[in-house]
Amino acid sequence: MNVLVFLIPISLLLGGIGLVAFFWSIKSRQFDDPQGDAARILTTDYDDHPRED
Amino acid sequence: MSQAQISACPACLAAPAAEDMAHGRDVQGAQITLSLPAIHCAACISGVERALMRQTGVRAARVNLTLKRAQVEADDTTSAQDLADALTAIGFEAYELDAGTIAATQTDRAGRAILTRIAVSGFAMMNVMLLSVAVWSGASDATRDMFHWISAAIAVPAIAFAAQPFFASAWTALRAKRLNMDVPISLAILLAAGMSIYETSLSGSHVYFDAALSLTFFLLSGRYLDYRTRSIARSAAEELAALEVPRATLDDGTVVAIGDLTTDHIVRVVPGARVPVDGIITEGASELDRSLLTGETLPVGATMGTLVSAGEVNLTGPLLVQVTAAGADSSLHRLADLVAMAETSRNRYTSLADRAARIYAPLVHLLALFAFTGWVVATGDVRHALNVAVAVLIITCPCALGLAVPAVTTAASGRLFRAGMLIKSATALERLAEVDTVVFDKTGTLTEGRPQPSNWDAIAPEARAIAMALAAGSAHPLSASLYDAARASGTVAANVSDVIEVPGQGIEAQWNGQRIRLGRAAWLGAGVLGQTATYLQIGDQPAVAFTFVDHLRDGAEIAVAALKAQGKDVILLSGDVPAAVADIAARVGIDAWEANCLPLGKALRVKDLSQAGRKVLMIGDGLNDTAALAAAHVSISPASALEATRVVSDIVLLGNSLAPIGDATTLAVSATRRIKENFAIAAAYNMIAIPIALAGFATPLAAALAMSTSSITVSLNALRLRGFK
Repeated sequence: MNVLVFLIPISLLLGGIGLVAFFWSIKSRQFDDPQGDAARILTTDYDDHPRED
Repeated sequence: MSQAQISACPACLAAPAAEDMAHGRDVQGAQITLSLPAIHCAACISGVERALMRQTGVRAARVNLTLKRAQVEADDTTSAQDLADALTAIGFEAYELDAGTIAATQTDRAGRAILTRIAVSGFAMMNVMLLSVAVWSGASDATRDMFHWISAAIAVPAIAFAAQPFFASAWTALRAKRLNMDVPISLAILLAAGMSIYETSLSGSHVYFDAALSLTFFLLSGRYLDYRTRSIARSAAEELAALEVPRATLDDGTVVAIGDLTTDHIVRVVPGARVPVDGIITEGASELDRSLLTGETLPVGATMGTLVSAGEVNLTGPLLVQVTAAGADSSLHRLADLVAMAETSRNRYTSLADRAARIYAPLVHLLALFAFTGWVVATGDVRHALNVAVAVLIITCPCALGLAVPAVTTAASGRLFRAGMLIKSATALERLAEVDTVVFDKTGTLTEGRPQPSNWDAIAPEARAIAMALAAGSAHPLSASLYDAARASGTVAANVSDVIEVPGQGIEAQWNGQRIRLGRAAWLGAGVLGQTATYLQIGDQPAVAFTFVDHLRDGAEIAVAALKAQGKDVILLSGDVPAAVADIAARVGIDAWEANCLPLGKALRVKDLSQAGRKVLMIGDGLNDTAALAAAHVSISPASALEATRVVSDIVLLGNSLAPIGDATTLAVSATRRIKENFAIAAAYNMIAIPIALAGFATPLAAALAMSTSSITVSLNALRLRGFK
């Protein structure tokens, strides 16, 4: 059972990384235009003007 | 974006230049927003962006497909109108949006806040659930206590952060001495968390951290769905408002905002433009189209001294108008009072969810209290009695109300939005489902307000050729449609010379040494017909009349047929003359019609129907319909309607066709049925689970299972609506 001392913090850390990544994705407005982003991935031309705000 | 500096993630700060740019751009204000109602695919995005980047002065352009908009960053010299014209020219319909009205940067902050809370509660829920699995599968003694303490350490801060919207809403309700759905939710979450901490400190075996967190997570998801539906509807409604950029041109050519006009100003109105103010004509002669205000299709002559109202369309000659009332004082806005009065009656409608919540909230509290007192009296064990009460509160989780209703409305309004209908009011779908009588307006609703020659074939070829030649020189809608009809029938224009347009009267020219005139009956001295017509006189011969009928709006027959097939009564009320109304009624297949209706008459007729127990759906576009739209049980207006009219309607038709109306009513009926089904499913779950909980057999595992399965079942049932045909 001593392995729990490592396993629980590790699992919390991994989950926390996912959470922070999700925060970042919200903050960088990746949920503002879901339909557009779904369509953009299909265009063949390189996106020279990625959204910056 | 100054919050970015205190971000928890260091990587967020890796692009400070981008942040600064974004910030700087907000301040600069050289932002242009364009509405692109027709874009739908990946090719459209790159097409529009490439076209915009080619324009001079454009620094950056980005299309948002979800909102169907383009944000353009450009020099001050670039005009939004030029960009819109350039896009329209290559086939992407585009309109300028008033940047002040839409405030694009503000809209999604609330949405992002809810998403953050969902993420926190989801993260905490999954971790606590994993720990709980260990406990359920038999961890005991010190291990179990440790797991419980870790769960508490995760759950308490997570609940404190994520469940705030429920606490806030419950607190407001309690302070106003009301009960809403958030009261039992908050109570369940708080009691479950508090009880679990207490049990943990006593090394107890039953803790409900996972249940409290999943309750938060599921209900927040429902809240987010609800928010998204509303924000899409709101932004589209804002967009409709922003389409009418309120500007007027003064007599010296300067363009000013309507709000800045005073009664000293004289406004210039060019042919084809809408009169922006109430006023008196001081110079010029023309014809006015008053159909939006009165429903009449016959243009009215206007000369010096004629009173004009905001909303009328100037047809032929340029006019100078002395302002008598602008903005909030104009006749357009005075209607708002009438509308506000009629609106209050409709606001009394309580949605299905509210009605259910009203029964539900007290019932849950009573049940929990009953369980608690029952167990205290029976066993005297307060701790066990509290445990049972918490289990009851958790198992009766209002997920059917909190998650299923938003899921159904999201699915239904998403489908309607794709079909070109915008639901503005939260309860519109439910009210639409109850409709049994449909009232149509004629001009601008069933018809496009676009006249078409009706006796073209009966006219002598010579007259046709002359009329075509004269019509070619004028921008008057009747002339334009006459010219189109002539071209379509292969007529070759006669050779005429010395064409002069007489503003407000017609066109005059020379042909084979004779004077020819095309225009108003009074100008030619001809007898006036009882319908829209223009008259042609060759030399001294008697005048020939070209009569016009209105073009039916796309899908009008389909919509009427579909509504009749659903067993609804269809009525046509119009302010136009009987002959024109009878003609349209016959063409679309409506048997019950009334002509010469005054605006108040329409509203009264709708009220009479409502008092007779009918649920009326009113479909109209004109100012004369506004009071009737507000008085009806539910109302629809096309996007071409005036802003005042769209504001009072519950649903706005974004496209040009009326055809979606038939499908919308069927969809509304099945959405309402789906909501009721979900209530039934939830009730069935509770019927089984509540006795178990009351009897004290509900373990945390059973509570978690019952809640999750009922939430998932109702959501899946709601999603069936997406595939509904």
